[in-house]
Order: sequence, then C-alpha cells, then structure tokens
Amino acid sequence: MNSVGTDMTENNLPKSKLGSLQYDPAPESAAIAKLKSSYGLFINGKFTDPSKHEQFETINPATEKRLATISQGSTSDVDKAVKAARKAYDNVWSKTTGAERAKYLYRIARIIQERSRELAVVETLDNGKPIRESRDVDIPLAAAHYFYYAGWADKLEHAGFGNAPKPIGVAGQIIPWNFPLMMAAWKLAPALAAGNTCVLKPAETTPLSALLLGEILQQAGLPDGVVNIVTGDGATGSALVDHPGVDKIAFTGSTGVGRLIQQRVATSHKRLTLELGGKGANIVYEDAPIDEMIEGIIDGIFFNQGHVCCAGSRLLVQESIADDVLRRLVRRVEQLRVGDPMDKNTDIGAINSAEQLKRIKELVSYGEQEGATRYTSSCELPKKGFWFAPTVFADVSQSHRIAREEIFGPVLSVLTFRTPEEAITKANNTNYGLACGVWSEKGSRTLWTAERLRAGVVWANTYNKFDPTSPFGGTRESGFGREGGKHGLEAYLNV
Amino acid sequence: MSTAPLRLITPEDHSVVIQTSSQVPRIESETQLRSILATLSGVDSVGAEARVAKLATRSIKKSTKIAALDLAISMVDLTTLEGADTPGKVTSLCTKAMRPNPMDLSVPSVAAVCVYPDLVAHARSVLKGSPVAVAAVATSFPSGRASLNVKLMDVREAVANGADEIDMVIDRGAFLSGRIGQVYEEIVAVKQVCGNAHLKVILETGELVTYDNVRKASWIAMLAGADFIKTSTGKVPVAATPPVALVMLEAVRDFAETTGQIIGVKVAGGIRTAKDAIRYLVIVNETVGSTWMTPDLFRFGASSLLNDLLMQRLKQQRGTYIRPDEFSGD
Repeated sequence: MNSVGTDMTENNLPKSKLGSLQYDPAPESAAIAKLKSSYGLFINGKFTDPSKHEQFETINPATEKRLATISQGSTSDVDKAVKAARKAYDNVWSKTTGAERAKYLYRIARIIQERSRELAVVETLDNGKPIRESRDVDIPLAAAHYFYYAGWADKLEHAGFGNAPKPIGVAGQIIPWNFPLMMAAWKLAPALAAGNTCVLKPAETTPLSALLLGEILQQAGLPDGVVNIVTGDGATGSALVDHPGVDKIAFTGSTGVGRLIQQRVATSHKRLTLELGGKGANIVYEDAPIDEMIEGIIDGIFFNQGHVCCAGSRLLVQESIADDVLRRLVRRVEQLRVGDPMDKNTDIGAINSAEQLKRIKELVSYGEQEGATRYTSSCELPKKGFWFAPTVFADVSQSHRIAREEIFGPVLSVLTFRTPEEAITKANNTNYGLACGVWSEKGSRTLWTAERLRAGVVWANTYNKFDPTSPFGGTRESGFGREGGKHGLEAYLNV
Repeated sequence: MSTAPLRLITPEDHSVVIQTSSQVPRIESETQLRSILATLSGVDSVGAEARVAKLATRSIKKSTKIAALDLAISMVDLTTLEGADTPGKVTSLCTKAMRPNPMDLSVPSVAAVCVYPDLVAHARSVLKGSPVAVAAVATSFPSGRASLNVKLMDVREAVANGADEIDMVIDRGAFLSGRIGQVYEEIVAVKQVCGNAHLKVILETGELVTYDNVRKASWIAMLAGADFIKTSTGKVPVAATPPVALVMLEAVRDFAETTGQIIGVKVAGGIRTAKDAIRYLVIVNETVGSTWMTPDLFRFGASSLLNDLLMQRLKQQRGTYIRPDEFSGD
C-alpha cells in the first residue's frame, strides 16, 4: 500500500503522528459566569457582610487573575451561622415532612441543571479544571446527588436504620477544592434529606460555586437558615469544628487535617465522618483489555489534574506486559492536550494553587533523586498560572516516596508484579485505603483480587466512575464513613 | 544520590511506528490462525463506548473544520446500491463525484463511485480520465450466500469491466460458526482474482455483534491480504458505529506496528451528516494519526453525506445556512 502523509524516521521506519489534525481553539465564554465583584457570607438565607470585614481574593489558577473578593468568616460569623442553623432546625426543618424536604431537593437539582452551563464555567474559572470535565462530570453529578437523595427523604424508615430514624441536628461540613460543587452536593443532599440543617465551609481557593449555590437555594425557596455557607480559610473551618452547637462534622480533605479534626472532636458529643487522602493502586493483569485499560489508567491518574483523592496514582502492572503497557501509556500521555481549561478540547487544566504546585514539584524531585525513570509530556505550558506537565515514573519500587505519599497531581508511579499474591501485597502496603482498580477479562480473578484489597472502593475494568447510588469512602488513613447510596444516609441519622 | 535524567517524551514515543522490517505471517492452517487470534486482547465494550463518547465531545472549529470538511469530501465513496439503479443514475452520480459542487471547483472530487458489478463498465466510461476510482461490490453482495465459484466469477467480471476497487463481503455464517479458516481462504482467493484492484473486505459488523468478533474478523481479513477493512454493507439494520470504527482502527494500528503493512479502514452505512463524518475523523486522528488521514487509507461509504458536507463547507464560507436545493440531489 501507499504511504501518503507518512514521515520517515532516521532509521527509515515510517511513523504516523497522532493528533496531526490540529484543533483550533474552542473556548467557552467566561462572560457566562456573570460573577459579582465581591461576595458576602450566606447566613440565614441572606448574603451578609462578614463581622470583621476581612476579605480575601479568589483567583483563576490558569491566569493568576483575580475573579472576585470573598469574605473571611470569623468565629462570630460561624457562631451566627450555627445559631441560624439551630433555629431553622428547631423551628422549621425538623417539623418539615420528608415529602416536603424532597420537594426542595428536587428543586435544587433542577435549578442546578438549568444553570449548569454557568456553574460549569464558574467551576472551571475558579478551580482550573477543564471545562469538559466540569460540564460533563462535576455539574451533572452534583445534580444527580440531589435527585437521588430527594428520593430517600420520605422513605427513611425503609432505609434499614430502624422504623423511625431521626436526624442528628446541625451538621458542620468542610469541603475541599478539587470538586467544589460536587463535594457540596455529596454533603448537603443526604444531610437535608435526613432532616438536618447545615453550615458549609467551602475551600479557600474555590468558594465561588458554593456561593452560586447559595443563590440557587434562595431561588428554590429553601427556608432561611437550613443551609448556611461560610467562606474562609483554615481558621474558619477550625471555628466550625470547635463550635459547641454543631452536632456532626463531615470533612473531606487531607489526612493531616482530618487527624487534627478527629483529635479536636474526640472529647465532644460530635459525630464525625472523614474522607481523606489515598494512594490508589490500579492493578493490571496480563489478560486485561489493553486499549480500554490504557484509557482507564489515563482517567485514573490524569482526571482533574490528578487532584482526586481516589486517583489511581500507583499502577501495578504484571511484568509480562509491562514494556508494552509503558510504551502505549507514554504514547497516550504525550497525546493529552494540556492548556486553557476553558477550551472545550483541553484534557488537562491548571493546578489549583501555587501551594499545590510546589508540593507536586517537591515530590517529583524525590522521584528523580531516588532513581525512578521519569517520562514527562513535551507539551508547552502557559507562562502565567500554575501548570504541571503530565508525568509517568517507571521503575518505581515500594520504598520510593512517590510510591508512598499522595502527590495529588498529574503524576503516575509505575510498579510491576509477577503473581496475583504479589499484586495484593503491594497494593495493600500503604497507610491509605480509599480506592483500587482491577483490570482483567477473567471475572474470577477480578473477584479474588477485589475481596483481598483493603480499600473502600474497587473498580473493575474502569476507574474514577461515580454514581450517587453507590457508597464511597475509605478505610484506615483514608477516613471512615460513607457518602452516596443508602449508606450515605447513616452519617446523618441518629442510629 | 544521583538524579535520574528527565526524559521528555519524543515524537517517536507518541507515534504509531510501522515496522517495515517485519512481515505478515504466512497462515498454513486454521489452528495457526486460531492461535494468532488468541493472542489478541479482548475489548471491554463499556470502555470502548466511553472512549468514543469522549472523543465525540471534541469541538472542531474554524480552519480545522474547513480542513476536515474537505478531507471528508475527498474520502467519500459515493454509493448507489439499489435494485432500481440505471445507467442514467450512475451517470449523474459519476458527474457529481468528479465535481461535487459545479459552482465551486475548489471542492475536491470524491475518492470513488461504488456500484454493482453490472454498472462498472458504464461508470468507468463516464469517469474516464478523472482521478475518481470505480469500486464494485462483489462476492454476491450483500449476503455473500453463494458458492466460492460464483463469488469469484462476480469479482472477475467486475475487474474485467474496469473496477479499481472490489468491496467483498465475508461469510458471516462461517465466521459465527467458527469456520474461520474458510473465511480466511475465501478472502485469499478473492484477493488473487482481484489482480491490481484494491480489495476492501466488508466484515458486516452489525451481524458479528460483539467488539471481540470485530477485532478478530479484522485480523483475519488483514492476514488474508485485505487492502481495506470495511464495516458494513449498509443493508442490515446496524451499520457503522463509532466504537466499531475505533476497534477496527486499533486493529490496523496494531497490525502496522507488528507486520509493517498499512491497511485502510472504510466506515459505511448510516453516516449522513458532516458532524458524524468529523467525529469519525477525530477518532482516526487520535487513534492512528496522520498516515491514515488520507483517502488512500480512510473512506466513508455514503450517498447523502456528500450534500451535507457541501452545505457545511459553504456555511463556513458564507457564515449563513444554505438551502438544500443549492446542490443537486444525485
């Protein structure tokens, strides 16, 4: 056959360049966000000024430009929010029937769908994630969680927690910056369905979508004080954790902070659920469906720039296919489109903050020092903003820091194994226990592997798939408690 | 501690590298063929469908869109395969194939005209001197339910009448009942009588049903000497689909990397809009790359697709939508 369009390499081998059809920029419009210049705190159904008039700026991590000025919630603001939540619980929400609570949740879900384009743009501007992901994953999943828990609100007595399960009271909820609106949904939807009122503390670097959610709650006519949103930094979160009027703390974030919270809550009446870090193992057997597995590895580690607590950041590949897998993987990494998060064709966006970028660079330098082989995409990175090119480390061993510590960035560590037993030993040899993946065409081996893995979630022939009906959560240093599914109700019921 | 060198990924790392030093293995027995197919990885249907769904979100704008539309036009096998076909209809089809838009001669001609064998001679005479090839469906198209002798006769006649390309069908009954040696031998026999004509092997993926079968049938056809592998006849309810195209493109990629032979892919049936065509081109672009981005190695078997491509092309130029009547209905 002919070879039109074929380049010849130096040693006379023709090669076919992937992605030779360059895609012209296809940017989503930032104007859709309709951002205000500054935002107050959402307390008792209204946006109010912070008591101390302290403010901070939230920036676009892809450009380092200011997006809006945000209020720093003080201890007294948190106190106001908790008191508003208590009042709403005592006077309104605890007397509202399940069917009535469901009505509000359905409304919230529908308004999120109606305003999905605006929410996706805001999420991408504030977080740095590709618009494709906020549009196709974050926002639809957030709406799905409200829809799902709306269904439970009037059926709690059938959830398996006794014939008249009661809510806990006021829930303090602290969420991370990696999936801002979705994490808010994971916390608020089950809490409200179960009859609790909430004080939500969004992450310092990504408060905008939560503030838009405040507007949505107003639009839905949710009674005042049922949900309060207090923005701020760690001090605000700390005030919420310590507030005596809070009956339950739900936290998603780093293991370090989770440990501190557990110590602080230990001597109180407060209940606690923690969803913390991870170092997920993606186990690849030699009979795995190879093309889909390569995509799965890519999704597992490069989804959301690797800012995913359940990321498949350790690839455990059977030695017999390791070379072939690495070759295909490296080829695929080079194909990833890194750049403007607002471009609809971008696969990898910006790192969320300068601080996180520093942490990623530090851990990657350990990988180099310890002798792992580093493959990094030759993609051009924008001058402004926080960026890290997708990277794969081969020849990693269990004692390398990059195989032990959570990097929380687009960096994959590749290790090999020879037998299924060795795969299990290596996968479980971590302090974390959030998620793992198993790739094999042999069902019996997949099940054998899954039941030996110490992890809250095990995906088979896929990775990073989320659904509101499925419980999500970890073991050991990845935390405790479940979000999603019927199990997610337990965290907000007095059982 | 020493620092390991940072290794930027080079173009070689991310290309499909075709091993010209390797060869296509000679198949001596069905057992040997079976053992080769056994080395192929399975296809996870959920994953394959998710991959194409993701690629379908690629947003193709401006100059990329114009380039893609022209490329798609040049890849069309303009097809008429009806019992009611007449020489007159074939004449107007050939005229359109050579100059898809007579008002704008910058529009490229299509790759080929695809007809039944008895109309090949007529198409040949109309297309004389043009770069548009004549493709004929043969081997008792579309069912393939005839003896090998009848199929070979069909092919010989089409070639003798001047067909540049032969679109044959595989024996799906033999494939599904496990007689893969027979499927292989039929393709080898057809290839022999094709002479200089290019052979496109239609897998009829709608009847093979599973992606695993599509991958296996692709390999049988490529090992037997196909120049192209083609999805469908367009005569059964399920024709070309993006995941099937993905699986076939992965097959030609892996075949090129292991044997050095570059095989083309033709998607046929049910592709009616420019949007569909561009989605297929994105899959080609991101699965096999530049080598295949040419009418020599990727084709669309279609009839109504061409007018939509022309409409979208004019829309890009004028900035307004175009009436369908702007183009001939042939």
